[in-house]
Amino acid sequence: MCSATSYKMASAMQEKQYTPSLLSFFIYNPTFGPREGEEEKKILFYHPSDIEKNEKIRNVGLCEAIVQFTRTFCPTKPAKSLHTQKNRQFFFEPEDNFWIVMVVRNPMIEKPNKDGKPPTIEYQEEEILDTVYGAVVRQCYSMYKLFNGTFGRAMEAGGVELLTQKLEKFFYRYLQTLHLQSCDLLDVFGGISFFPLDKMTYLKIQSFVNRVEESLSLIKYTAFLYNDQLIWSGLEQDDMRILYKYLTTSLFPRHSEPELAGRDSPLRPEVAGNLLHYGRFLTGPTNLKDPEAKFRFPKIFVTAEDGYEELHLIVYKAMSAAACFMISASVELTRDFCEQLDGLVGPQLTLLASDICEQFTINRRISGPEKEPQFKFIYFNHMNLAEKSTIHMRKTASVCLTSVHPDLMKILGDINCDFARVDEDEEIIVKAMTDYWVVGKKSDQRELYVILNQKNANLIEVNEEVKRLCATQFNNIFFLD
Amino acid sequence: MTEPPQQHYLELSENPVQFEHASSVNNVFFDEANKQVFAVRSGGATGVVVKGPDDKSSVAFRMDDKGEVKCIKFSIGNKILAVQRTSKSVVFPDKRSLKLLKNQSINVNWYQYCPETAVILLSTTVQGNILQPFAFRNGTMSKMSKFEIELPVIPKPAKLSLSERDIAMATIYGQLYVMYLKHHSRTANSPSAEVVLYHLPREGACKKSHVLKLNTTGKFALNIVDNLVVVHHQSSQTSLIFDINLKEPDCAVNTHQPVLPARSIHPYRMPLAGPAVVPSQPPVPCQLYSSSWSVFQPDIIISASEGYLWYLQVKLHPTVNLLQDKGKLMDFLLRRRDCKMVILSVCSQILEGGVKGSLPVVATVFDKLNQVYKEYLEAEQSYTVAMESGPSRGSAAQKRPVRTQAVIDQSDMYTHVLSSFTERKEVSHKFVIAVLMEYIRSLNQHQITVQHYLYELVIKTLVQHNLFYMLHQFLQYHVLSDSKPLACLLLSLESTYPPAHQLSLDMLKRLSTANDEIVEVLLSKQQVLGALRFIRSVGGHDNVSARKFLDAARQTGDQMLFYTVFRSFQQRNQRLRGSPAFNPGENKPRIWFIFQMKPTIGGLKI
Repeated sequence: MCSATSYKMASAMQEKQYTPSLLSFFIYNPTFGPREGEEEKKILFYHPSDIEKNEKIRNVGLCEAIVQFTRTFCPTKPAKSLHTQKNRQFFFEPEDNFWIVMVVRNPMIEKPNKDGKPPTIEYQEEEILDTVYGAVVRQCYSMYKLFNGTFGRAMEAGGVELLTQKLEKFFYRYLQTLHLQSCDLLDVFGGISFFPLDKMTYLKIQSFVNRVEESLSLIKYTAFLYNDQLIWSGLEQDDMRILYKYLTTSLFPRHSEPELAGRDSPLRPEVAGNLLHYGRFLTGPTNLKDPEAKFRFPKIFVTAEDGYEELHLIVYKAMSAAACFMISASVELTRDFCEQLDGLVGPQLTLLASDICEQFTINRRISGPEKEPQFKFIYFNHMNLAEKSTIHMRKTASVCLTSVHPDLMKILGDINCDFARVDEDEEIIVKAMTDYWVVGKKSDQRELYVILNQKNANLIEVNEEVKRLCATQFNNIFFLD
Repeated sequence: MTEPPQQHYLELSENPVQFEHASSVNNVFFDEANKQVFAVRSGGATGVVVKGPDDKSSVAFRMDDKGEVKCIKFSIGNKILAVQRTSKSVVFPDKRSLKLLKNQSINVNWYQYCPETAVILLSTTVQGNILQPFAFRNGTMSKMSKFEIELPVIPKPAKLSLSERDIAMATIYGQLYVMYLKHHSRTANSPSAEVVLYHLPREGACKKSHVLKLNTTGKFALNIVDNLVVVHHQSSQTSLIFDINLKEPDCAVNTHQPVLPARSIHPYRMPLAGPAVVPSQPPVPCQLYSSSWSVFQPDIIISASEGYLWYLQVKLHPTVNLLQDKGKLMDFLLRRRDCKMVILSVCSQILEGGVKGSLPVVATVFDKLNQVYKEYLEAEQSYTVAMESGPSRGSAAQKRPVRTQAVIDQSDMYTHVLSSFTERKEVSHKFVIAVLMEYIRSLNQHQITVQHYLYELVIKTLVQHNLFYMLHQFLQYHVLSDSKPLACLLLSLESTYPPAHQLSLDMLKRLSTANDEIVEVLLSKQQVLGALRFIRSVGGHDNVSARKFLDAARQTGDQMLFYTVFRSFQQRNQRLRGSPAFNPGENKPRIWFIFQMKPTIGGLKI
């Protein structure tokens, strides 16, 4: 940011706003150091690492105590979070006796004082939501598990030593990608955005997936995405959910589109012989022709009938279409295989991508721009994890941009908490301070949140407006008015 | 060389027409128009036996021996007998008068007549290669445009170079063709013999249209069976078949290679006939491709020396293993008459193979079948539309489309191929689902409505393997089209897969004709208010029976809920009839009396 402007703004407004931020993140197991003097052994991972040992022990001990204490009230549901003036702590026990704790500093406002006195700091204790950050902690674990398997697995394989190594390696990088200031309702849902597609094109994709799996029989599962939206998953829902998160928030944003690159750009795909295709590996070898190319792919862990299975993750992309092929990790992948895959999938996927694009454009033209939603809404279906948001801009690796004020996002989160409390269908209409109307609807397993900017509208008009939205956007599902 | 028996794709008919074989005292004639064989003993004096394609058309009679008979024929219906004894006279034993209808003066070398189309072909000019066709129709004779057969070599000096034996006429795929057997010639640049087909349309000029490459030389004979051109080669004792509608990508336009490798006709054994037959005597093998064979159009082979007339037949089963390219095999089979069971067995065969890379083949085969299926459905539909709009418009009454065996519909596929295939334990479920989806894709691509039982098969397979998430995704993209039966099937899955409930309700909602079902589903879930709100939103509140709502509300044991529902219906009654009372005729709930008895208690609480 330009420093001159920020100074000007600060002097004009006289105060400075701080968003929530990560204070610490640690993982411990109380059974690893039950005796006095061995407390350090409990700690498996601690961020930031440069904190003095005794403070680490003290913080872990405090969490342990809180959890133990709250257990006396409800043995099955110990405390999930601790609210204090300056920060908020989240506790999560993903596996027996393994605890993950995340400490988030509350957002605050710094008000400068005159006469050189230190500024007054005002903590906004109620601004952050337990559901949102509780979900973030769970996501951290799921992501670790996707690439490493369970904590228990590492323990079995190499004891505490291996586990701490793995945790260090994974979370050191992963925590840097957490952007707590932009976490919101979508993190609670952890949904999947599905690409809208006509039946025929969808069947063509099915046909493609089946053919590839048949001719390259090593492939166990396939997932297919277009425009960062899911079309097909051979994985089970929960595995797909976290893989989708990884793909759309980490892997895809790291790879810019070479098709869009200039003619002389090194990213431009090579034209091999007369066979032009845009296929390329997003994981594994960047250039198949490179004699030094390594054929190593990231490994992921997914649930299987007997626990979990370890798989190579091959992500292959042509234009906007991406196919993830998963192959048992026990198989060693060779240059031969990759070349075969490239030769088979590249041309087909390129063709399919342009087919989808064409179909998508046609559908858009038919439905017309007037059908494009003018509402700001978030939709989520717990059954298939389908999410749709017209509030969020394109997700990037660093930030998730929203087009509405954080206050409104907070209201959405609050409504969501209310919905979570009861099983019944509900509808909540809120008039926000800023003249916005916020409507939350829950019907069976579906939730819909609408933000309306109609200053002078009354309750009935708002209700009608939302009905209209449901009739146009959700007319093909059973969504009670 | 011994071949496995299943490789013979041509056979002689099992019930041949038998007649007294040709000998010094017995002359044999064949009439192509009536397909009758005449056995004339001693010029007719000791009897003429006429045998036709069926027993009814057999006739035996005597006539005076007035010299050697050159040709003998019946008119249609065996009414008039014509006998030719000299080259310039024909005798009709029954005395009738003849009238000259039309007269054409042309120098003719020889002629050929095609009874099927009533076209006569005259060989004219010195070389004989200018052919002049005439068509007979309704007692008139019309001259068609003449055409020239390209000879391999132009003889000098000119002499008759086109033999009657090298020309045949036949109808293939409903069109008349003149087939010319073009022998190889050392001088011209043609290393092997060809059959050249000239298309002879009813109107317009005759054009050279197809060239069949025989890739060998020697003596040949032609038959047409099931729209296939069969070329018999005497020296190798084999036959070739050609399908002029089969496109060959690697050949020049309309040049054809044999569809299948050359094979001989299936060995034939003749039972010894006649009074001398001893029952235990085994049948004698018949000498195939004998020089005493005469071949007639379209599919007749006569062995005069042995007294047999056979119809040549194509056996489709052996072709299956001879044609490796399954797409081409389908193209070939779909044009044959008795193809249905063979096609279905090919489908089963491809599916059970489990050969790597067979899905693209499966897709090609499905697409070919569905193309034919769709064409039939479209023809059927336009016929129905034409019938409904009334026969008055357009005098030419549209013919109802004929459903040939090549129309393989979903029920055929289901019964003969898919249902047994999905039950095979050794096939992976992945492949089963892939095949079913491929079939559904192909149907959709041809805009054919998919039948419910196919969806059921998909769902059954997915459920059996606990692939509910896959099922969910298929439904999400409407791959399994909405229908009430499908929605009910989903409802029945709810106990094993709870999301099926939502999927089912969504589907009922989209159908928009299933509001009653939606109400029932919601009530069964004790979602009484939901049901009430729904029926209101679709405007069915006024006509709905209050009883089932009140019954459902009572079953929840929630008094507040019951009261709400009850009041809602009272208000409705008030609005409709000016009174909150329920109609006596309306199925009034029994329990509402109970409720009315304690209004004060309930009312106060509220």
